[in-house]
Amino acid sequence: MATYFLTTPIADVTGLATGDIVYLTGDVVTARDQAHKRCLQHWALGVKLPIDFNEKALFHCGPVVKKVDGRWKVVALGPTTSLRMEDSTPTFLEKSGVKLLIGKGGMGFNTQHALERYSAVYCAYPGGAGALAADSVVEVQGVHWLDLGVPEALWHLRVNNLGPLVVTMDSLGRSLYERVAVEVEKNIREIYRQLVL
Amino acid sequence: MKVKVFSNPSIGEGGNHLGSLGDVVEEVAFRLIELAVKRLPRDVISALKNAYETEVSDLGKMQLEAVLKNIRLADERSTLICQDTGTIVFFVKIGKGLRLNDDLTITLKRATKEATEKVPLRPNIVHPLTRMNSLNNTGVGVPIIHFDLIEDEYLELTAMPKGAGAENMSALKMLNPTEGINGIKRSVINTVAEAGGKPCPPTVIGLGIGGTSDHAMVMAKRALIRPLNKSNVDPEFSKLETEILETINRTGVGPMGLGGRWTSLGVRIEHAYCHTASLPLAINMQCWAARRAAARIYPDRAVEYLYP
Repeated sequence: MATYFLTTPIADVTGLATGDIVYLTGDVVTARDQAHKRCLQHWALGVKLPIDFNEKALFHCGPVVKKVDGRWKVVALGPTTSLRMEDSTPTFLEKSGVKLLIGKGGMGFNTQHALERYSAVYCAYPGGAGALAADSVVEVQGVHWLDLGVPEALWHLRVNNLGPLVVTMDSLGRSLYERVAVEVEKNIREIYRQLVL
Repeated sequence: MKVKVFSNPSIGEGGNHLGSLGDVVEEVAFRLIELAVKRLPRDVISALKNAYETEVSDLGKMQLEAVLKNIRLADERSTLICQDTGTIVFFVKIGKGLRLNDDLTITLKRATKEATEKVPLRPNIVHPLTRMNSLNNTGVGVPIIHFDLIEDEYLELTAMPKGAGAENMSALKMLNPTEGINGIKRSVINTVAEAGGKPCPPTVIGLGIGGTSDHAMVMAKRALIRPLNKSNVDPEFSKLETEILETINRTGVGPMGLGGRWTSLGVRIEHAYCHTASLPLAINMQCWAARRAAARIYPDRAVEYLYP
């Protein structure tokens, strides 16, 4: 379990392994359900996206923002349940070139294979730690697709030491969630055995 | 032919007129939402501290450390605990003798809109099909309001901002009556294990046992507003809560699903009698940010905040 302080642009994350801790500085773009859907539509139609994800970090997140003196300010920030983006993530990784995903709750086999294929990693940020994450936001660099609503828009943020991020799925196809699931299944079998008695 | 009956709020028959309290209700509802999203109830903080101190997994401990740091930061800076300020759910207990000549639904809608703008809350509420955001956290049927009539003289208002991560893990099982307590335990364990890290564990698990399908779900949600340091008044269900909690925390899901001892902080059960052919079991999860705030409003406009 090593700790890394990474700064974007991030092009190579193959040195990160499950269990590693990351503190991230630099460019982060938020995208959740509707933004993923629209990105995929844009790629399918060959329409250019309003932002280049390449070498930035993608955050499954919908912030709370307010406008102060005409500028957006982040009030709270944190991960949303990543698994909802499971179906669109392989295409997203392929087309966007993003190497670092941030979310919570983990993702499934589709993502696990895609991370291996596109040499990317998935990191978990502590769910619900909205004040802590907001504390690491330096500035809002821009916002796109606000018509999707504040939570679903693409927020381009500059962060300083966003973390602790735990690498839970790495570029070698390893998943901490898979390991935990095996353990949980074993424990449940034992619980069931005792319930029958 | 429609007949409209108007009652004059100023001419009562011995009842107290909540109509004149409408402004108080709105103000209190606003404050409860703000309080809930910024400061966790003490019982929840204690349970999280205890979890942190006794967590056996390093990664789990790190998650709980971040959670506690986050709670302190939100409190110190009077800011939001979590970016998902949820769907606003209200539980309203209406005391006898309080006469309602204000539409509480409209009052609570106004308070929710105001809180969205001024706290601020994240505008989460959208049309279910078009996904068009209402921008103010209200809409058809939202905020969610559950009314109950009680024997006391006050109006008790509880605000519960309910995040979607945990809410999406809800389940309703219509068990076979013969499955009994073991069937209930198995269903809860399965649901919790399947949810994994998605509901932001350590969670609080609300269970509605008995009644009908609709009532079981409401009981499961209402069960979540009972503080973690307050045990069930029914010894049989109190024992079941302890047993289920102990079993959940043996699954190894752990904080944020990264493995460890603390998957849940508590199990809260409400029950009702049910049909001889039914055993409804409703499961409603609450994330570690078990946000809630409550107050009582008395006929003389006095307001008593219950927690934190």
